[in-house]
Amino acid sequence: MSQEVDFEVIVIGGGVAGAVCAHTLAQHGREVLLIERGAEPGSKNLSGGVFYCRVMEQVFPGFVDVAPVERRITRNCVSLVNPGSHVTIDYWDKRLAEPVNAVSVLRAKLDAWLLEQCEEAGVTVMPGVRVDSLIVDGGRVVGVRAHEDELRCHVVVAADGVNSFIARQAGIRTKEPMKHLALGVKSVIGLDRTVLEDRFHVRGNEGAAYAMVGDCTQGVAGGGFLYTNDESVSIGVVMRLDDLEKSGLSSSDIHDHLLAHPAIVPLIEGGTLLEYGCHLTIEDGPAMTSHDLTRPGLVIIGDAAGFTLNTGLTIRGMDLAAGSALAAAEAIRRALDAGDFTQAAMDEYRRQLDAGFVGKDMATYSRTPAFLERPRMYTDYGQLAADVFHGVFNHDLTPRRRMLRVGLDALKASRVKLTEVMGDALAGVRAL
Amino acid sequence: MAEFVIDSVPARLAGNTYNLDEDESHIEVDQELARRTGAGKLLERICPAHVYTVEADGTVSVEYAACLECGTCLAMAPDGVLKWHYPRGSFGIMFREG
Repeated sequence: MSQEVDFEVIVIGGGVAGAVCAHTLAQHGREVLLIERGAEPGSKNLSGGVFYCRVMEQVFPGFVDVAPVERRITRNCVSLVNPGSHVTIDYWDKRLAEPVNAVSVLRAKLDAWLLEQCEEAGVTVMPGVRVDSLIVDGGRVVGVRAHEDELRCHVVVAADGVNSFIARQAGIRTKEPMKHLALGVKSVIGLDRTVLEDRFHVRGNEGAAYAMVGDCTQGVAGGGFLYTNDESVSIGVVMRLDDLEKSGLSSSDIHDHLLAHPAIVPLIEGGTLLEYGCHLTIEDGPAMTSHDLTRPGLVIIGDAAGFTLNTGLTIRGMDLAAGSALAAAEAIRRALDAGDFTQAAMDEYRRQLDAGFVGKDMATYSRTPAFLERPRMYTDYGQLAADVFHGVFNHDLTPRRRMLRVGLDALKASRVKLTEVMGDALAGVRAL
Repeated sequence: MAEFVIDSVPARLAGNTYNLDEDESHIEVDQELARRTGAGKLLERICPAHVYTVEADGTVSVEYAACLECGTCLAMAPDGVLKWHYPRGSFGIMFREG
C-alpha cells in the first residue's frame, strides 16, 4: 500500500465522535484531517444536554475539570405529567458527583474545546468546509470531495451525524423508518445563578436533570427534558416522527405547550431566551446499528451509525459516540499498521465495539424501543398514577380505604385494563 | 418574578445567529409531487423553524434562511418531494449555545 495520500485518515464531522476518533489517532502519531462544515467548530451541533461522560476520562484525563462542561448532574427527576398534575420520582445522590457520572453540556462550547484539543494533538482541523461525497476507487473508499477539492486518504471516518449523507452514499444506510427517529426542539433559557440554584435545589457546580413523559408532549411518543446549565436551563421536547405525523400537531406548538405547562412555568419564570434550536435524534439505535457499519476504507461512528439509546430513564448518545470512536480508532490503528484497508480489516471495528460497553449496551437495550412504542406510556399511566395518589392524599371526609382498593378503583376508572398493566410491566422488566 | 414570555417562532429565530447564503438555497421542493401527496401541510407543521408555508395557490414556499438544519423534513416528506442537503460550508445556522 504505497498509494499517495494527503492524510492517513480523514474524519468527516467535528462532534464528539469525530473529535474523539481524530484525537485518539493523532495521539498515536497518525496524520489526521478533520473536516467540519461549521465555520466555527461546534456551531452546527446541538444536543439535549446530558453527557454520561466517564468514557471521556480515557481520552482527556480530568475531563470534567478541564473541559467547558456546565453542571455535574447529581439530581435526576422523572415525571409523569398530566394536564393538571404530575407524579415525580426525585433522586438526588452525592455519589453521582464522586466520581462525576454525568454533566450537562452546551455543544457550541464543548465541541469548540474538543477541536482545540485535536489541534494540540496534531490533527489538522479544517472548519467551514462541507464534504460533498466520497471518492471510491475499485470498491474502496479512498478519499473525499469537498467543493472543488479532492483529498486522498487510507481510511475515511464518517462522523457526520444523524442525517449522515455519507453513510447513505456508501450504501450503508437508506431512508430510516420514521419510528427510528425523533425530533428534538429545545430552548436555552438564561437564569440568574442564585435563582437557578434555589429553584432546582442544587449548590456549587451540581445540577439537575428532568425527564418527563405525558402531557408535556401532548401525548406524542417521546418526552420532555430539562437540564440545568451553569446559568441557564436547556428545556425541550423529543417527538418520535411516526407519532408526530399521526398526531396532526405542530412541533413548535408542542414545544411551546411544554413551556406553558403549569408544571414548568414556575421553573423558567424570570428567564430570558438565549437560543431556540432543534435536532433530529435516534429512537431505535439498536436497529440502526445492527447492520454493517463499514466499507473497505470507511467506518461510520456516532449518530451517523445510530449510536443512541433511549432506555426510558436515561437518554444516551454522546457517551456512545465517544465509545464508538474509540473502537473505530483502534480498528483503524491496526489497519494502518498492517497496511490493510479491506472489508475484513474494517470489520475489526465491530469486534472492538462488541468487546466494549457500546456493543454490549446496544444488545442489552435491543428490546427497549419496541417497548417504548406502547402508547399507554405517553397517555394513561400518568393519569393513573395521579389518580392513585389523589385517592391517598385527598381527605374528602369519605371513609378511608386501603391503598390496594384505591389503586384498583383508579385502574377501573381509567382506560387501562389490568391485563394491559401486567403485560406492560412484564415487557418492561424484559426490555429495560 | 416575571413570567417567561414565549415569543413567536420568527421572533425567536431572530435571536439566533445565521450566516446567510444569499446565492443558493439548500432546499428545493418538487411542487407537483408536493401537491399530489399533500406534503405541504405536513412540512408546515413539523418544521420547528416554520421554514415551509403552503401558499393560497397551493404551492409550498421555502424560507430556507430560517432553517435549523435538523433534517426532519427530509426524513418525513414523501420520497422525491424534497431535495435537501446541508448549506454550503460555513453557511447557515450558527449555534452559540447548542
